[in-house]
Parts: sequence; C-alpha cells; structure tokens
Amino acid sequence: MSFDNAYEAIAETHPEGDARWAFGTGFDDPLSGVDTTLPAGVDTGDLAAYCLMLGDDALILSQRLTEWVTCAHELEDEVALANIALDLLGQARMLLSRAGSVEGLGRDEDALAYFRSEPEFRNVRLVELPGGDFGRTIAALLVSSTWRLALLNRLVSSTDPVLAAIAAKAVKEVTYHREYAARWAVRLGDGTEYSAERLRSGFADVLPLVDELFTGHAVERRLAASGVAVDSTELREEFDGVLAQVAEQALLRLPEVNRVGSVGGLAGRDGVHTEHLGYLLAEMQSLARSDPEATW
Amino acid sequence: MVTSTERDRTVAAEVAESVTDPELPMLTLADLGVLREVTVTDTGGVVVTITPTYSGCPALTEMRTDLHRRLTAAGYADVRIRTELSPPWSSSWLTERGRRKLAEHGIHPPDERAGEWAPGNGGAGPVPLTLGPPRREIRCPQCDSPATERTSEFSATACKALYRCLDCREPFEYFKEI
Repeated sequence: MSFDNAYEAIAETHPEGDARWAFGTGFDDPLSGVDTTLPAGVDTGDLAAYCLMLGDDALILSQRLTEWVTCAHELEDEVALANIALDLLGQARMLLSRAGSVEGLGRDEDALAYFRSEPEFRNVRLVELPGGDFGRTIAALLVSSTWRLALLNRLVSSTDPVLAAIAAKAVKEVTYHREYAARWAVRLGDGTEYSAERLRSGFADVLPLVDELFTGHAVERRLAASGVAVDSTELREEFDGVLAQVAEQALLRLPEVNRVGSVGGLAGRDGVHTEHLGYLLAEMQSLARSDPEATW
Repeated sequence: MVTSTERDRTVAAEVAESVTDPELPMLTLADLGVLREVTVTDTGGVVVTITPTYSGCPALTEMRTDLHRRLTAAGYADVRIRTELSPPWSSSWLTERGRRKLAEHGIHPPDERAGEWAPGNGGAGPVPLTLGPPRREIRCPQCDSPATERTSEFSATACKALYRCLDCREPFEYFKEI
C-alpha cells in the first residue's frame, strides 16, 4: 500500500478490516525520489543478484543484532547494537529495493525480506551465526564490518550511481560499527582471563566461515569487470591487516580453526546456508507470513 | 523585476526551511543541512530535495511528511519531495545556528572541521583504526568541565553518542561526526 504522506496512511479507512496490523509507514520507499536509471550495458540479472547479496548480508546481521535488544549486559551496549542494526537495516532496505526494481518482477523490499525462503537468500553464512554470546557477537561484528567497510570503500566508485550513493552513505556508518567491535575486542581480550577466553571462543566460532567472504562469486566478478561491483578477492589483504592490528592490541592469538568449505562448490551466495538461517527467518518472517495480505 | 516564479520559490523555500527535525525539534531541516534545494516548476509545483542523515534514519519519513503537509498548507497544490543520496550528508553541513541551538539544549555539537571526517579517517585510502582515547577534548555542555568520558558511541538517535561528565556527573549527548 502506498501513500503520499504518513498522515494519509494513518487516516485512511481500512476496508480490509484487521488485515493491516501496523499503520503510518506504507508510503515510504527507501529509494523514493532517487534517480534509479540503470547504467548502460549492465546485466540486470547480475545487478539484481549483487544487490541481494549485499542487502541480505545487512538484513540478516541486522536481525541477529536486534536479538540483543532487552537482554544485553548494559543499556549503552543495547543502544549501540540496536543502532548498528538500524544502520544495517537502512542499508538493506535500499539494496533490496534496488534489487527489486532492477529485476522488474514487481517485488518490493518487503516481498524480498518476508516472502523468500532460505535457498533464495544470498547472504554469506557468517552473518547467520547465532547470537546470545557477546564474545561471538563481537567477533562476528568485527569480521563482518571490517570486510564490509573494505568493500564499501571501493564500492563508492561503482559505475552504478545508486550503488555508489548507497556505499558513500554506508561507509561512514560501518566505520563506526567497526570501531565499536574493535574497541570491545580490545576490552575483552585485554581484560580478564575469562573475558579473553570468551573472545577467543567467539573467534573460534566465526573464523571457520571467513574464507567465504573472499571467494569472488561469478556474479561479482562479471560485474566487477564493468566497474559496477567489487571483486571480493581483492579485500583479503586489507582485512587481514586490520584483524591483525586489533588482535595485537587485544593480546589475542587468533585460534587455528578448520575452515568450513562449500557444499559442492556452493555456499551462502548460492543459497546454501547453515541450519541457523531457517530459525532466524522463521522468527523474522512469521508475522508477515501469518497474514500475507497485511500491509504496514 | 521579481517574477512570480521567483517569489513563489522564495516563499516555498521559507516554508521548507522552517520545518523542524522530528527528533531534534530545536533544529530546522535547514539547520541540520538535510534540506538541499527548493525549486518551483513552470506550472507552480514545488520540488524539495532532501538527503538522509543515516541510511536507517526513521526520521526521514517524518521529514518528508512534514514538508509535504506544510507546503500544502501554504497553498502549493503540487508538492514533490525528492531524496538525494549523493553526496552523502555530513555533520559538517550543520549551520552555525544549528550548532548553537544544539549546545543550548545540552547536546555537544560535532567537530566543525570534519569535512569528510570519519572516525580515524585521516583522508583517502583505507581507514586506520583508532583504538586509543577520543581524539579531542569534549567539554561538558552543563558545567564546561573538560573531564568527560564517552559511555557509548551510539545513543537514542543514530546521529548522537553518549557521554558523561566526571565533575558534575551529568550525562549528555554528543552529535557525532559523520
């Protein structure tokens, strides 16, 4: 449902009765008013898939971080995690909207977020890791924000003006996310024996899934050739450098782990996920799916 | 000679500039620097261009609504609100008046030198991490003491951080550089 302004949305009559369970935001398209003309010569299937990859990374991590709201150890950190989740949700909304409009099948951000099933999600598996353990959350956030920042720093020069603009906005936000995670990593690592162990164990959960971030998916590589996307294989050096810098400050010896490989050459970017994603989606999508006609 | 389109533009701009931020009501959208441009078309329609502060800022929706409502009330039948993402909004776009208003309301204004400032960003290239203490002296807006500490890089809205004063013990908010 779409409205020119929120007051119209709130004041509308509701012939659909109680089908609609939230009011006042139906008019908002995150790319509203943005020039979304496609750059010449770009394969729309690839561009839509790439926007989904980056959008799904942000959406799933945002949902994971939101789980901390009401149960973080300090109010300040609850606020921080919620803010980071909100930034990521904003990035996800723009990227999913872009994906939906580029693919041209009439799917908007909500259709993509709430009505796709597990194998249709294109996020890396790392962001699916369960929350509930602050050491693991910090390890996952440090790894994902370090990677995402390195990517966004390059994506600001994308030949797709929409991706470039989304990246230019997001790069400043993710800089703060990485700072937050890095500070906590140092605080835990250079804290007590127990806190250092919790951080180390968090990294032991996260590091097995790191290689996937730098695989360089075929879609990425094709789009990188025309300057639209960033080839993620180029990000490894910067990533390793930042992680080593934080580990040194945090007195942390990154644990040796067995890497989780692909499944017959397929991984998160191809829709092959860990068992955790299904549970996350069940919670995230249940309300929308219980009443598919509902709008909000 | 002042044409009617120019007059229209001036009036529309004045209306748009007076709309306040829903989360920081002491600031107008012009003070905040999110209002980029107001133009009037040949047919008398108004086009307002705004820019979001943060990707997920929920206030953007309210800003669009408020602009639409106020301009419609001022007699403009055809009002269009455009969003411009690029160049991205920067806290250095706050006006002098905006900075003063923030300070008057107990919110420490951002570092005005921060053109393309990001934490730890010395300029172009990969951003080095700053794991040390805050970069500059931040004085308590209540008692002006320099003995303050950051309690969180994030606060009740996306654009602020939380601090506390170690002398008067009051917490206060800090408008972040971005």
